[in-house]
Amino acid sequence: MSSVAVPGGLQRPATFYQSVVGKKVVMAATGFVLCGFIMGHMIGNLQLFQGAEKLNHYAELLQSLGGALWLIRGVLLGCVLLHIFSAYQLWRIKAEARPEAYVRKATIATSYAARTMIWSGPIVGAFLVYHILHFTTGQALGSAFIKGDVYHNVIAGFSNPAAALFYIVANVLLAMHLYHGVWSMFQSLGVNHPRYTPILKTVAKIYGWAIGIGNVAMPLAVLTQVVK
Amino acid sequence: MALNLDSKIPSGPIEQKWDKAKFDMKLVNPSNKRKYNVIVVGSGLAGGAAAASMGELGYNVKCFCFQDSPRRAHSIAAQGGVNAAKSYPNDGDSIYRLFYDTIKGGDFRAREADVWRLAQVSNNIIDQCVAQGVPFAREYGGVLANRSFGGAQVSRTFYARGQTGQQLLLGAYQALERQIDAGTVKMFYRSEMLDLIVIDGRARGIITRDLVTGAVDVHVADAVVLGTGGYGNAFFLSTNAKGCNTTAIWRAYKKGAGFGNPCFTQIHPTCIPQSGDYQSKLTLMSESLRNDGRIWVPKKKNDTRPANTIPEDERDYYLERRYPAFGNLCPRDIASRAAKICCDEGYGVGPGGKGVYLDFAESIGRLGRKTIEERYGNLFEIYERITGDDPYAEPMRIYPAVHYTMGGLWVDYNLQSTIPGLFVLGEANFSDHGANRLGASALMQGLADGYFVIPYTMGNYLAQVKPGGVDANHPECRAAKDAVDARTKKFLSIQGKKTVDEIHRELGKVMWEDCGMARNAAGLDRAIKRIPEIREEFWNNVKIPGSGAELNQSLERAGRVADFLELGELMCRDARTREESCGGHFREEYQTPEGEALRDDEKFCHAAVWEYQGDNKEPVRNIEPLAFEHVHLAQRNYK
Amino acid sequence: MKIILNIWRQKNATSAGKMVRYEMPNVSEHMSFLEMIDVLNEELTKKGEDPVAFEHDCREGICGCCGFMIDGIPHGPQRGTTVCQLHMRHYKDGDEVWLEPFRAKAFPVIKDLMVDRSAFDRIISSGGYISINTGSAPDGNNLPVIKKCSDQAMDSASCIGCGACVASCPNASASLFVSAKITHLGQLPQGQAERDRRAMRMVLKMTEEGFGYCTNTGECEAVCPKGIKIENIARMHRDYIKASVLYREESKAGGAG
Repeated sequence: MSSVAVPGGLQRPATFYQSVVGKKVVMAATGFVLCGFIMGHMIGNLQLFQGAEKLNHYAELLQSLGGALWLIRGVLLGCVLLHIFSAYQLWRIKAEARPEAYVRKATIATSYAARTMIWSGPIVGAFLVYHILHFTTGQALGSAFIKGDVYHNVIAGFSNPAAALFYIVANVLLAMHLYHGVWSMFQSLGVNHPRYTPILKTVAKIYGWAIGIGNVAMPLAVLTQVVK
Repeated sequence: MALNLDSKIPSGPIEQKWDKAKFDMKLVNPSNKRKYNVIVVGSGLAGGAAAASMGELGYNVKCFCFQDSPRRAHSIAAQGGVNAAKSYPNDGDSIYRLFYDTIKGGDFRAREADVWRLAQVSNNIIDQCVAQGVPFAREYGGVLANRSFGGAQVSRTFYARGQTGQQLLLGAYQALERQIDAGTVKMFYRSEMLDLIVIDGRARGIITRDLVTGAVDVHVADAVVLGTGGYGNAFFLSTNAKGCNTTAIWRAYKKGAGFGNPCFTQIHPTCIPQSGDYQSKLTLMSESLRNDGRIWVPKKKNDTRPANTIPEDERDYYLERRYPAFGNLCPRDIASRAAKICCDEGYGVGPGGKGVYLDFAESIGRLGRKTIEERYGNLFEIYERITGDDPYAEPMRIYPAVHYTMGGLWVDYNLQSTIPGLFVLGEANFSDHGANRLGASALMQGLADGYFVIPYTMGNYLAQVKPGGVDANHPECRAAKDAVDARTKKFLSIQGKKTVDEIHRELGKVMWEDCGMARNAAGLDRAIKRIPEIREEFWNNVKIPGSGAELNQSLERAGRVADFLELGELMCRDARTREESCGGHFREEYQTPEGEALRDDEKFCHAAVWEYQGDNKEPVRNIEPLAFEHVHLAQRNYK
Repeated sequence: MKIILNIWRQKNATSAGKMVRYEMPNVSEHMSFLEMIDVLNEELTKKGEDPVAFEHDCREGICGCCGFMIDGIPHGPQRGTTVCQLHMRHYKDGDEVWLEPFRAKAFPVIKDLMVDRSAFDRIISSGGYISINTGSAPDGNNLPVIKKCSDQAMDSASCIGCGACVASCPNASASLFVSAKITHLGQLPQGQAERDRRAMRMVLKMTEEGFGYCTNTGECEAVCPKGIKIENIARMHRDYIKASVLYREESKAGGAG
């Protein structure tokens, strides 16, 4: 008689995902993993400022992980794909949910970062592909790429002003993406408490800024020849 | 043919009447219940609660509302609270006392047995609502909080901030939605009842108009329940929602239901005064404000000084002066009339001298701004939003406004009207409130009727009739539908010069002037002559654009106003013939030397029940005598 | 004062609509916004034109009937206020305002500024209640409720179901409305028995009705006339996640014997 059927068993995860809340939870959960990676990745890379030996040693350490490294890469790739896939679906739902646009629509509370998630996301995604081709597999760096000498590759890569500029722009967008995304992630996962949410919001902002500053600092340092 | 006004009051001691009645009632076998169709018109506290409760029992219920959702019903606007005789605060309350206060507050014009039952089931209402998740105010220990409310010396009012009506309605609405999901209730949104179908003397269905498509439909059933609220909008300006109307009960009256005490209207003392001619409605400020606010006017006539500059000894706290025992908490009719007297004598404040001050300065000084904010914050906001003045800094200006109609269709103890199978609940019936309703009693009555009375009395009625037997093709159904179609066509064919609202305003003005807070024979005679003229103009000169086969808000209003134009006259006739003053009905000719209402129990200790005789024919006044065995007939004294 | 109104006129659900310009030369500052449209409608009626259809009833800000976009904001520029409580003193001579209906797939336009919000009713119907039949309730004080919980439940319960949250949301999400009910009932001890079921069913129904998702922009909270907080939305997500993991439908075996 009842109007809503709640399936059980194996159908449950599918039902969970089918709901608009479920998709957001998937976005937030994958976002959470990616946030952790981004922070770790940045901290590791900041060793650029400590010289070639330190950075290359760090790279060797990562390479020595072997199978574990591939496992991590697999998880990250999965998260990225799920994140993108759910974002795509949610973007489609957004268009469907309001088929006729407003003649006039004011925005009162939405931050610039929140409004531009839909643009910052794909650009950061494109950047990610470039970034892997640039420093991991080397195709984008061409003949200058020396496998294993990360320090050299970074200096060589960022010495190209166009590449460095793309990094700076993309990372500013990434920072903005995180600025809204991190707070939104907690909210989507159901974490909200009047006492702690203001703190969480501040942490999210600091996090966004930190990632932005840290990641922009590297190409900027090479470009301005602070690091050679 | 005189109306059969057998009140069907059960025998026995008053405190056992309801239990006895419940036992004596016939029952419908559980498996037979779904064979019975019941129509409920209105989805407020009375209608919504009735539809949900009867759905739970297993009847096949169709529920109708003219709004877009049952949650919009005007019960939602009640602010103050709901009374119950729980006596949680240990301050001397009891069923007896709630019964006594209601009878006395109603100025001895209500039926004792009905009021006792109301007081008795009031406790069940609180339990039911708590279980539904109504977030009533709580004490720190987790128990329910109570406050005192206009006209009562005990704290028996349960409340949910200043939104009690909203929360109780949402409780009933959710119960109703649960039944809709379960399939026992079918909800018809944006559907207005335009006529009642009576076949072989029994109410068998209604004609509705779908307000979006304009489709006129026939719905047949085994019984019809009206929970369609009051008719205060006869005055045009009132605190009622814009959509509140008399059409359902008026159509039933014209099909043979007796109309009880139409002149009993309640004027609420604490409303925001009118600001201009374009005004569309008046806004009520909860009476709870009188708990901490002091009402006064300047001692000097036509005093235009700002309120705060008028020194203490030049202020007249007239309620405290005239009614030392109850002071600012005296009943509504008394407080309203006192304000009117002050303004009529020239002591009024604000534009046109139509207002008195409600001052919180003393309470803010005593309790602190924070406490006042906690208690009345949302009300103060409403006031500031509407007037632009800050009530924390200067006193509010208030004036009485039409608020509630105690009159309505006459019903017996089983809530059945003079038409068998037509039941009337809540404000729509002539109710338990006599000539004046106490604060926080409307919510109590609506829910009592809907949750706890009609499920029993409906079963008793249905157990005595066979289900079904008529369909939409019955000649009476077709005749009723044709009449509705013809009326719609007539409205649209007039194409005169005046809008519906213009004519409604004219009626409102006559009603307010001559049938308002104070009435007299000359004024009522004038109104009885004037209203048919306005009606005549309506039927010859109203302009309604558009067609009947679409959403047409002008047409909707026209139908309602056409009925108000007939009801208005009946209200005046009732007021004219009731040659006494009682409760909200104040006849200037009948007052004590101190200006208080003077009842005439010799001649008027009865309910006046009007019987329709045909258009433009004088209706017949029947009476149901009232006997008072438990509360002594006495002049109300709030000194 | 003079006010210029640009109003979305649309004859019915299937026809196309457009903005129409009206000039109101004599608007009093004491008028409410709806009273201004009343005056316009009186004039249109006398001219034999179709008056502007808009939803309204109590005009006290509690029934939730009224609501349309004023200059791109549901209920207009004043925070915490429904259209019926908005007064013209907030405007100045010569102001031009734009009125259009709430827009969402789940809120189809009926006529002019009126939309069909019955999707909200269907969501409540799917689980926004406590299952208790009339007459079976224990004494009200048998179940103490912590005052703070009761107050928080009341904060959420004060939702008037006007739909402004959906209208303002860039994704046309009903999350604020649905979460307000989930929070109201979930904060009370009475609401615990059905808490998982409620979250599960209401969220699925919300999705089915075609509402969008929540991107936590906070637009809904900013325009809500009753100040409902998006904290509720987090609670809804929490309840939904938990229910997805733990909730079991009723046993098929049944209880009757």
